[in-house]
Amino acid sequence: MSDITKQSLTELVENIKNKKLSSTDVTKAFIDRSVKSEELNAYITNDFTSALDKAKKFDQKPNLNLKLPGIPMAVKDLFCTKDIKTTAGSKILNNFVPTYESTVTKNIWNEGAILLGKLNCDEFAMGSSNETSFFGNVQSPIDKNLVPGGSSGGSASAVAGQLTPVTIGTDTGGSIRQPASFTGIVGLKPTYGSCSRYGIVAFASSLDQAGPMAQNVKDCALLHEVISSYDSKDSTSIDFKRNHYSKELTNNIKGKKIGIPKEYRVDGMPKEIEDLWQKGIQYVKDCGAETIDISLPNTSYALPTYYIVAPAEASSNLARYDGVKYGFRAKGENLIDMYEKTRSEGFGAEVQRRIMIGTYVLSSGYYDAYYLKAQKVRKLIKNDFDEAYKKVDAILTPSTPSSAFKIGEKTNDPVSMYLNDIFTVPVNLAGLPGISIPAGHDSKGYPLGLQIIGKAFDEQNILNIAYAMEEKINFKNKITDWWIK
Amino acid sequence: MSKKNSEYLINRKDNQYEVVIGLEVHAQVLSDSKLFSTSATKFGAEPNTQVSLVDAAFPGMLPVINEFCVKQAIKTGIGLNAKINKRSVFDRKNYFYADLPQGYQISQFKDPIVGEGKVILDMPNGQKEVGIERLHLEQDAGKSIHDLDPQNTFVDLNRSGVALMEIVSKPDLRSPDEVNAYIKKLRSIMRYLGTCDGNMQEGSLRADVNVSVRPKGSKEFGTRCEIKNVNSIKFMQMAIEYEANRQVDLIEEGKTIDQETRLFDTKKNETRSMRSKEDAHDYRYFPDPDLLPLEVSEKFIEELKNDIPELPDDKKKRFIEEFKLSPYEANILVSDIDTAKYFEEVVAKMGKNKDIKLAVNWITGELFAVLNSKALEISQSPVSAKNFAILINLIKNGTISGKIAKTVFELMIDGDKDPQKIVEEKGLKQQSDPKALEALIDKIINDNREKAIEYKQGKEKLFGFFVGQAMKASGGKANPQLINEILKKKL
Repeated sequence: MSDITKQSLTELVENIKNKKLSSTDVTKAFIDRSVKSEELNAYITNDFTSALDKAKKFDQKPNLNLKLPGIPMAVKDLFCTKDIKTTAGSKILNNFVPTYESTVTKNIWNEGAILLGKLNCDEFAMGSSNETSFFGNVQSPIDKNLVPGGSSGGSASAVAGQLTPVTIGTDTGGSIRQPASFTGIVGLKPTYGSCSRYGIVAFASSLDQAGPMAQNVKDCALLHEVISSYDSKDSTSIDFKRNHYSKELTNNIKGKKIGIPKEYRVDGMPKEIEDLWQKGIQYVKDCGAETIDISLPNTSYALPTYYIVAPAEASSNLARYDGVKYGFRAKGENLIDMYEKTRSEGFGAEVQRRIMIGTYVLSSGYYDAYYLKAQKVRKLIKNDFDEAYKKVDAILTPSTPSSAFKIGEKTNDPVSMYLNDIFTVPVNLAGLPGISIPAGHDSKGYPLGLQIIGKAFDEQNILNIAYAMEEKINFKNKITDWWIK
Repeated sequence: MSKKNSEYLINRKDNQYEVVIGLEVHAQVLSDSKLFSTSATKFGAEPNTQVSLVDAAFPGMLPVINEFCVKQAIKTGIGLNAKINKRSVFDRKNYFYADLPQGYQISQFKDPIVGEGKVILDMPNGQKEVGIERLHLEQDAGKSIHDLDPQNTFVDLNRSGVALMEIVSKPDLRSPDEVNAYIKKLRSIMRYLGTCDGNMQEGSLRADVNVSVRPKGSKEFGTRCEIKNVNSIKFMQMAIEYEANRQVDLIEEGKTIDQETRLFDTKKNETRSMRSKEDAHDYRYFPDPDLLPLEVSEKFIEELKNDIPELPDDKKKRFIEEFKLSPYEANILVSDIDTAKYFEEVVAKMGKNKDIKLAVNWITGELFAVLNSKALEISQSPVSAKNFAILINLIKNGTISGKIAKTVFELMIDGDKDPQKIVEEKGLKQQSDPKALEALIDKIINDNREKAIEYKQGKEKLFGFFVGQAMKASGGKANPQLINEILKKKL
């Protein structure tokens, strides 16, 4: 079968279970395509040789009761993987090989999947274009020199470019949904506390969540089902009853009330985004759902709030990268000199910028004005959603205020880069689940996404809405394989 | 309470200064595992053998609170008569150091687990109440070792993440003696509770000492200096004396005192500036987003309250009432939990016809002397409470004299021997048979006729001579009371 890599996860699982395909067939196919796709620069580290060994071993004694039987999968290089280099896209961890496995990836391997390699990402997940990675830009499969979005840029590129059937990313302010939107795939940011943060290189602890990225909603539901688990090793993990998201998936959303927040109609938003949104509204209506205009009055404060809270936590989370215990160390005259050299050579510009912002907003004399106030606003933003959810079951918005941009286009303008996350950050601040689905193309033929935001722990509902809309939208990603010679 | 006559004041020319002291005591929580990880906490283990990925701050590692340490902190709070906060928050205290792997210490800043409380000190001139400001839980750092290599510093992370209770007093202490009493009292309470072993040599108890001075009678506080990390009571007292005098000298010279952090140099017996207020770290405290606020229920606290043993103050009161001890005696017995335990066991083993006063005298006299000379804790006493009780009973019921008892006691030390057996084997039983004693005394009077006559003629001093002769003849075993009686009759 030459079109193995074009198959969805659901199809691959079925074909392996029916013994139409072996794990080796599938693994080989994705490895071959990954090797041919070097130009995308989606991988930081590959583990192809041992992946093939594992596939062969699986085929010798296949356990077909697993949810991901012999399925190869590459993952974002923010997840610690035992004995496989884990860099977080940073020079400072360029030589770091964990002796432990993140809970989320452990869940995946426990269901039979096989690690293909580690995918490129913005350094410490700080970025919206994958341009802050120490390991270079990632090309989008959509077009040459187009960013795949970020921070899970390598992950998005790898799924859209069919280098991996599905993958996992992390989302602190939009890092799954924005690249999913830019590359025409589905990306879910689960409720905070749904997926364990144990073994994930931390960016901003109160916002970080791992989540699935896939070609379609069903694949996304299946992978989410695998990765979401209560974990006593993460004190913020929440013990709630998790659904069999893929089994319970339904396109019947009749009578669901979908909120349309007026504050998401921002100044300077391209008309094609507005049009896409209107189309989305029509789709949900066509599915038998009802749309209701709602207000989330504090939306405009979300981005500034995010850019205080996230850097504050990051400045502290990244203090451990000091050259003392592991990772990169620069030579210094004394301890302080070693710290300064290690951290100025080991961290890239964007990471340094955020560490400085974070350090500033936590400093005595500024704490109340920035950090404390941001925490208060964060509560208000959450209250907005709580109010809205008294009237609606879910909220529909665009995923991003624009389609993907060219590499280098925004690198010198951090604020315009930050604006990419304007529709996604409120969801992280409120700890809610949000899913981006591809919903159309802009005039250049680049994908555009719509976001469905749910109540806390209500992933099933937004997956269902996404599933129903997906059917109506019937999106076809335009992948020309431009990078394959 | 006549407090005045023992007031600790620093005198200069015409001026007298009062010293104001507040302590931040760091007490290591008695727990087999660390505050946020499952690593062991044994003292003296090989370097870096009790370190988990969490303690060494590996990427993606997360803290998980150790419930036992929370219980220990709450119990300590109860022992300090303090308010237990049902909701407390862990904060990050951010600073860089090689032995601080996370780049921050997890501590409690705004919302500690324990609020205001108090401890009562027994001072020679009466009781003194010292206010507790708060108690919070925090992680210890690792240890930097600078003297193993001329070029490099080594880091041992065994202590990294070990649970500490920081107990902050109000600035209520006024002298080195009060500091001594305060530390001992804290230590005693925590040892009763089993929440801290109080072992200062192993660093389980250390303190930052805040010292300021002010003219006697003044109500305002002077500028304080903080002396960091002093690890013995003696050093605390020396540091306070030095620091208070330094500050008084500055004032006398018309200079001002800078608020600063100082170090106590134990070799030179002086404090030295470590960093000024301007150089003070900005720790950028903020709530640790890896940990949810710590919430404990009323029931949880109540259950711990029911678990609190009798504490030194109550025990003292009971000893005075139940055993008719003097406050002084009671104090000695309750200040260390193991002494109190030993004493109570002795009392229990003595049975019905017991002489508690005698037991107390023997514990604080003979037993303490032996422990002292052998540098042993009472928990390691070579004489068990059971055999000790038997010994006291042997004295009480006249089987042996106090003098013989000392001999018996010395023989007991070697292998915790039963005093009853020693008495029997060595034939040390007191002679209380009047007939035998009469015969013995008749012989002595016969042998010393001239002295007997002298006595009768009024040389009463000679009575002692006859007692001595009688005791000597009996090998020290004669019942001294009977000897007296018979001698009086016969002479």
